[in-house]
Amino acid sequence: MFSNPDFWTSVFGRLSFESLPIHEPILVATFAAVALGGLALLGAVTYFRLWGYLWKEWFTSVDHKKIGIMYVILAVVMLLRGFADALMMRTQQAIAFDNPGFLPPHHYDQVFTAHGVIMIFFVAMPLVTGLMNLVVPLQIGARDVSFPFLNNFSFWMTTAGAIIVMMSLFIGEFAMTGWLAFPPLSDITNSPGVGVDYYIWALQVAGVGTTLSGVNLIATIVKMRAPGMTMMKLPIFTWTALCSNILIVASFPVLGATLALLSLDRYVGTNFFTAGLGGNAMMYVNLIWIWGHPEVYILILPAFGVFSEITSTFCGKRLFGYTSMVYATVVITILAYLVWLHHFFTMGSGASVNSFFGITTMIISIPTGAKIFNWMFTMFRGRIRYEVPMLWVVGFMPTFVIGGMTGVMLAVPPADFQFHNTLFLVAHFHNVIIGGVLFGMLAGINYWFPKAFGYVLDPFWGKLSFWFWLVGFWVAFGPLYVLGLMGVTRRLNHFEDGSLQIYFLIAAFGAVLIACGIACFLIQLVVSFLRREQLRDVTGDPWDGRTLEWSTSSPPPPYNFAFTPVIHDHDAWYDMKKRGFKMPLSGFQPIHMPKNTGTGVILSILSTGFAFGMIWYMWWLAAGSFALIVLGAIIHTFNYHRDYWIPADEVARTEQARSVAVAGD
Amino acid sequence: MNGMSRKILRLLPLMALMAVLTGCKLSVLHPSGDVAMQQRDLIVASTVLMLIIVVPVILLTLYFAWRYRASNTKAKYDPEWYHSTGLEVIIWTAPLVIIVALGALTWVSTHLLDPYRPLARIDASRPVPEGMAPVEVDVVALDWKWLFIYPQQGFATVNELAVPVDVPIQFRLSSSSVMNTLSIPEMAGMVYAMPGMVTRLHAVMNKPGDYLGFSANYSGAGFSDMHFNMRAMPQADFDRWVAETKAGQGGSQGNLGREEYLALAKPSIKDAPRRFASVDPGLFNAIADQCVEPGRMCMSEMARLDARGGIGPVAAINTATRRVYAGGVARREGVGHESDRTYVLDFCTPSRPTGLLTETSEAGPVLALAPAPLTGTPE
Repeated sequence: MFSNPDFWTSVFGRLSFESLPIHEPILVATFAAVALGGLALLGAVTYFRLWGYLWKEWFTSVDHKKIGIMYVILAVVMLLRGFADALMMRTQQAIAFDNPGFLPPHHYDQVFTAHGVIMIFFVAMPLVTGLMNLVVPLQIGARDVSFPFLNNFSFWMTTAGAIIVMMSLFIGEFAMTGWLAFPPLSDITNSPGVGVDYYIWALQVAGVGTTLSGVNLIATIVKMRAPGMTMMKLPIFTWTALCSNILIVASFPVLGATLALLSLDRYVGTNFFTAGLGGNAMMYVNLIWIWGHPEVYILILPAFGVFSEITSTFCGKRLFGYTSMVYATVVITILAYLVWLHHFFTMGSGASVNSFFGITTMIISIPTGAKIFNWMFTMFRGRIRYEVPMLWVVGFMPTFVIGGMTGVMLAVPPADFQFHNTLFLVAHFHNVIIGGVLFGMLAGINYWFPKAFGYVLDPFWGKLSFWFWLVGFWVAFGPLYVLGLMGVTRRLNHFEDGSLQIYFLIAAFGAVLIACGIACFLIQLVVSFLRREQLRDVTGDPWDGRTLEWSTSSPPPPYNFAFTPVIHDHDAWYDMKKRGFKMPLSGFQPIHMPKNTGTGVILSILSTGFAFGMIWYMWWLAAGSFALIVLGAIIHTFNYHRDYWIPADEVARTEQARSVAVAGD
Repeated sequence: MNGMSRKILRLLPLMALMAVLTGCKLSVLHPSGDVAMQQRDLIVASTVLMLIIVVPVILLTLYFAWRYRASNTKAKYDPEWYHSTGLEVIIWTAPLVIIVALGALTWVSTHLLDPYRPLARIDASRPVPEGMAPVEVDVVALDWKWLFIYPQQGFATVNELAVPVDVPIQFRLSSSSVMNTLSIPEMAGMVYAMPGMVTRLHAVMNKPGDYLGFSANYSGAGFSDMHFNMRAMPQADFDRWVAETKAGQGGSQGNLGREEYLALAKPSIKDAPRRFASVDPGLFNAIADQCVEPGRMCMSEMARLDARGGIGPVAAINTATRRVYAGGVARREGVGHESDRTYVLDFCTPSRPTGLLTETSEAGPVLALAPAPLTGTPE
């Protein structure tokens, strides 16, 4: 480590001018675009004097609603990066027949690794966490999460992880190992560069955020429900959020530990995963999937929750089989831990082990199937209003059922000997992650957007976006199913068999359709902002909702509820409306609220510095940042100015204004 | 199960028609080896089983979605209808029944088609004749090419695999550096080849021909070109091919010893097929035991020493660092890069001047590896 103690290496570690990818035109152009765009953005923020507003109202905010919105913004920004990677892969595979294409392996291998890492950790996870943050406290009648500062800190740690991944684009390189970085490929002999270190530290830093946010939301759901809201009266989205966060808290430490062991192998020469010195790479494979399989349920369970809420609202009906829905969710949560080995049936486990994990995997399809039936029978004798969120539900159901079916096909071990690592597998997991998680999150964004901002999203562009996504998904991944049945494997850089090209061309066209879907979504956001006065919702309840979040104004006041609601039945807001609920006009009390703090931002900047130091072997930077993180955390514990009271007359004024607005409507 | 597969087989013409219509080579659905054939049947059977429930669910979903649209005021609207014990029982038991059937199918087929299990039949109608010994092939995944060692015949090939048809083949797989899978969809799908471990695969080819074999697990820069041609040929042709190769004809030459192996194992892309007329009989075990380099301690010996409590402080100095040319990720300069690697040195004794592997008995090198990686402690 210190064998070459000259000045440059002691200051800059491994970093040199050669680390900058100035000879890769794609990256130079990207950098130029990002730099110009970034400068324009910073310039605009400065010109409109928004720094103070952003810092005071957003960056340092401990308000769960604002943090939820920031998570979603982070996810959308990262979606653009992850999808750009996807387009590059699809293009490469569509043209690289008997020629090397435009991406050499050195670049292409980074692209598919980054695509997987970004889409899971920095798109799907922030979308899920963001929606949970925004909605869960509102659904349970709480004023914020249990630990508001921790929530802000978690968000900034996730953002720091995303920033570390983005840095790898322009300084050095990213991992070329696939998104789970299996050793021996990811060990120091086979991956001596900084790529795997970027991977490790991005995930470690973001993992701190994810784990703490899991702890926070569990505590919130368990301890902060409004009086009368027993567990079996919990809105179903909150139930799925609870189960998802239990999975997070139980599995993310495994990821942290696994990556820590890999770091030890890489940094100090231990041999946990190194063949030949007593280690075993299969330990890593087991450990990473013990995290990795629950991870997919972490993502899909809240999506199931979103679909349940939307189905019930737009069918104008209570959810069919609430109890069985809850039990199905809990059963999936438990079974999520008993299936990890199905990711590597082909690594030589015995037949009994393989059958055990194959059958447990199939068993998961029973509660999942029950959920599908429950949504179906919620529609039965309903009165379905096809607003944009409901379209996503109806698009999701058949898509997801097919994804589930191919999943069970993969779970039959002898069949997996054929399907493992083929494009069939790739098509399957995109089928459930796009068709399940992403559809769910886009449905959720369309559904709860008016709650967050006070105006609904433009339905025309929303519907266009939906159709592009749905059709684009099938055009992009249908051919991959077929290619999988032809035995074509994943992650190939180029091909020799020209007869395959047509399928890749179709898939690339599908990716273009999805790009249109994303573009329509962004246009939808802009158009809705411009038309916000026409789309304004003053009632706070634009969809004739059923759960508590629709009982307060849109956007809700910082304190969410002037009076903590008391719950008597499922679908508390529907119940209140049925009983002729009137907005209270007097008797307001002062409300105790948490105060904003910049500590989260500071700690996350320091964490980024620590990670950067570790990645580039700038030991002084790593040690210094780490010391400052510890110091900062200690200093923050002495911050006694962490709460304030909203006076009763301010609450009265806010509620009065809302009454006037609703009456004037 | 047989009756069921026969019923399902009747559906196959339909699927074949589909394949012809789309004009593609669905190799997974039209394999040429008995194991892959059974896997195909299983894929079809499980799909059909699931379609029993999937098709009605999709149709009903779409029907309900259309029937109960808000504009259709004729459809019954019952906002308070949210529970039905009868329906609940059905929606839990219907998938349960399917999964019980599929689970039983899975349990049986996973055991029957376990790649570690020696074959009992050559195809659906012929059991393996008494006394027919399988052809053994030891496979090593290198950066980025395949080495095939024929231990019974004592020669080796690179990027070229030949097997006789209708004779069981017994593969042992390992890898020099990173994980790969030996994937031959027409034969039996894939099994991982992993460094320091030996996995197994039993399979058979039923039709002569040329088939594509490749690695289906991403293993670095040269991964996309890590494929080879597998030739399945009648026994007589195979015997002739073996004899030619061993006699140094048809382009085969030289001996594959340890030095030659170490040179071969250096990362390279798109290696042309090659044959070696003879091979060091202990080579595969040494590769799997991670001690091809002279003087390097084998994993199995290390584990044995550790099981006895280790060798104490001596272990800390009993190492050497060597400069190696490693593969793995692509570097801008080329496909490989230099790297320092630390080895544990073997102990030499008067009876084994260069370590464990030279100790041989009449039956060959004294070294047995546990076959399964999960139970992977060498005995």
